Amino acid sequence: MPVATQPEIKPAARVTAGAEEVKIALIGNPNSGKTSLFNQLTGLNQKVGNFPGVTVDKKTGYSQLTPSIRAEIIDLPGTYSLYPKSLDERVITDLLYDPTSKHFPDLVIVTADASNLKRNLLLFTQLADLQLPAVLALNMVDVAEQEGVKIDVALLQRELGVPVIPMNARKGIGVAALKIVMTQQLSAPEKPFFQIPANLQPLLQSIKERFNLSNDYLALQFAHQYKSLKFLSEENVAWLDEQLEAVGFKSNALQADETIARYTRINELLLDAVRVEKAEKDEKFSNRLDQILTHRVFGYLIFFGILFLIFQAIFAWASYPMDLIDGGIAGLNTLIQENFSGPLVNLLTEGVIAGLGGILVFVPQIAILFAFIAVLEETGYMARVTFMMDKIMRKFGLNGKSVVPLISGVACAVPAVMSARTIENWKDRMITIFVTPLMSCSARIPVYTVLIALVVPEKYYFGFMNLQGLVLMGLYLLGFLAAILSALLLKVLLKARERSYFIMEFPTYKMPRWKNVGITIVEKVKAFVFEAGKVIVAISIILWVLASYGPGNNFEKAEQLALKEAQAENLTEEQTENRIASHQLESSYAGIVGRTIEPVIRPLGYDWKIGIALLTSFAAREVFVGTMSTIYSIGEEENVTTIKNKLMSEKDANGDPFFTPARSFSLMIFYLFAMQCVSTLAIVRRETKSWTWPAAQLVYMSGLAYVMAFITYQLFS
Amino acid sequence: MQHKAEEHKERKSVREMKIGERGVICCLQDPEMGLKLLEMGCIPGTEVKMNSRAPLGDPITIIVNNYTLSLRLDEAETILLKQ
Repeated sequence: MPVATQPEIKPAARVTAGAEEVKIALIGNPNSGKTSLFNQLTGLNQKVGNFPGVTVDKKTGYSQLTPSIRAEIIDLPGTYSLYPKSLDERVITDLLYDPTSKHFPDLVIVTADASNLKRNLLLFTQLADLQLPAVLALNMVDVAEQEGVKIDVALLQRELGVPVIPMNARKGIGVAALKIVMTQQLSAPEKPFFQIPANLQPLLQSIKERFNLSNDYLALQFAHQYKSLKFLSEENVAWLDEQLEAVGFKSNALQADETIARYTRINELLLDAVRVEKAEKDEKFSNRLDQILTHRVFGYLIFFGILFLIFQAIFAWASYPMDLIDGGIAGLNTLIQENFSGPLVNLLTEGVIAGLGGILVFVPQIAILFAFIAVLEETGYMARVTFMMDKIMRKFGLNGKSVVPLISGVACAVPAVMSARTIENWKDRMITIFVTPLMSCSARIPVYTVLIALVVPEKYYFGFMNLQGLVLMGLYLLGFLAAILSALLLKVLLKARERSYFIMEFPTYKMPRWKNVGITIVEKVKAFVFEAGKVIVAISIILWVLASYGPGNNFEKAEQLALKEAQAENLTEEQTENRIASHQLESSYAGIVGRTIEPVIRPLGYDWKIGIALLTSFAAREVFVGTMSTIYSIGEEENVTTIKNKLMSEKDANGDPFFTPARSFSLMIFYLFAMQCVSTLAIVRRETKSWTWPAAQLVYMSGLAYVMAFITYQLFS
Repeated sequence: MQHKAEEHKERKSVREMKIGERGVICCLQDPEMGLKLLEMGCIPGTEVKMNSRAPLGDPITIIVNNYTLSLRLDEAETILLKQ
């Protein structure tokens, strides 16, 4: 690889030299190593924010270039051109075409895959024509060299008019050179790559005058994209409409001509700068691997094996750290309660700390799931998953990549919803996020097992098929069916915001970069804890207050009643305490809510006691079992058999068993469909960046739960 | 890049190619999707090679400009070949 000589830097062009902070935008094709370079430049010094109106995260990071110069680097979504094809890509044009934007960069770093230079240079030549100061990070030179591609960097640099830094971002090679150039080079390329047709000049002239622009290509971009540029006022959009109408501006045809002209120019340029020494290898390593990994039998077997491994990991392995967190939180609470007392201490322990525990307990699952997903993405395997599943999933309005969120949803909807981020298409992603919580998650298991134990006899068919197990499996299948059918419904209802394409680069297999995997895990955990966490703690506290306080002196009365009963019935100290807790919960605000909603839930077979449990388990489904234990004064020992025996002995007004099969199945069906999980709602809001989606989900799932539970109750009774 | 529909009637599209078969792009039929395909390097006059099909027959991968591009069959149908 020849070493490039730096182009001479004119003193006048050193805009940022000496400045404290420079703004740098990182842009490039998908799979061009942009994320690796971003991670190399910023390390863990990253923060995730929002771009208004889109779901894509805004990742910014800081890099100390020299002791006096710090760079703020913004990582833009991967794109093939400056003509956005998806909503997420519009972020790029909004940022680059508006010099008044606070993120408007002083310098643009374009990453390009050296082994695939022709297509990668298209985006570069567009940026160059905007005359923004730019650097070309010529990435993956190692891969290019292996494939026999020799690039004359000095020549390329001369032809492109900007510094070209050969690098291997995965290994960090070339990063130091890039940093040096980032502090120096700021002159923009001078000669345009694309000659704008002369007949457009009058139009561009008037656009330039109106918007005070100096660059012809930027004016042309205004003409092509004015309808989607957020910073243009309505008045300006109307003016552009009129101007373009007058000259008969044909956006599609002009774009096509431009792209062809650019490729022609790039071909000429690469003819001199790139030599391919080895002939095209018959079969690349990736192609051979694909013959197994996308094979019609082995491909699916391997994929389901991987899914099984992921499922096993978040279902079983994550339970150890989760139990540790649970234990730690409980221990901390006991420690505080033993040493301090008073209502504030209760608020702290049972409200705040328990709420925080409810957030932290998700961390192991999120970390493990994203470790897997990051590896699948990094290696290029995720593209094969989409490739194999696209045809089936598309029928249901889903995407090949929806398989991962749906399967992960069986363990927990929270990390599953976060993993839908890998789906590029907006509509596919929204549908996936919407239906994922219908998959039966692990928090439903305690509810299912207690209720199944209550009403389904432990019978065996054919010696091995356990009836209880069959019912449990039926519930899981029902959840899956509900998810698929809801997706189909949404496919019809939801209007696509963009055309859905499958046209994309099929990346070659690569070894994962562990640093990237680590950063992904940290980023996802932080996003959940800090963004969804706020909502979860707030609602946990509200629910705790509702269950722990009652109007007036209700609580004292409840305690006295319980004590009187205890004396009369000769209860032990522990039984007395359980009785007090039970009476207090009944007279709390939650109890009042339970009684108030009783008329509404009576058609489902529920009484006010179940009403209380529905309310308290709104934060998390598994709380249902705990609340039932408290109401029926079972105490804290949540043993399935004790709870089962206690619930079995519960009688209705006529003296018949209260928990009939009809009631129990109605409850199971209710919990199967209902959105009884604040954490999921909070993460859906975080991922969709709006309250509309979680609200719609809450209404839809609760409505579905109500109707299905009603039907179930009526059928069985 | 667009011609009248009648001219394309006998033209073969990438959809109908067999695995390993090569051809040269003549034209792109869907103007909007065409822009996306052009950006990905499917320029008229460029050679394409059918590389593989997904296990269920759709999508497919083709080799163009020395890299692998994946696309659905109804997208491949809009890429017509020179005879």
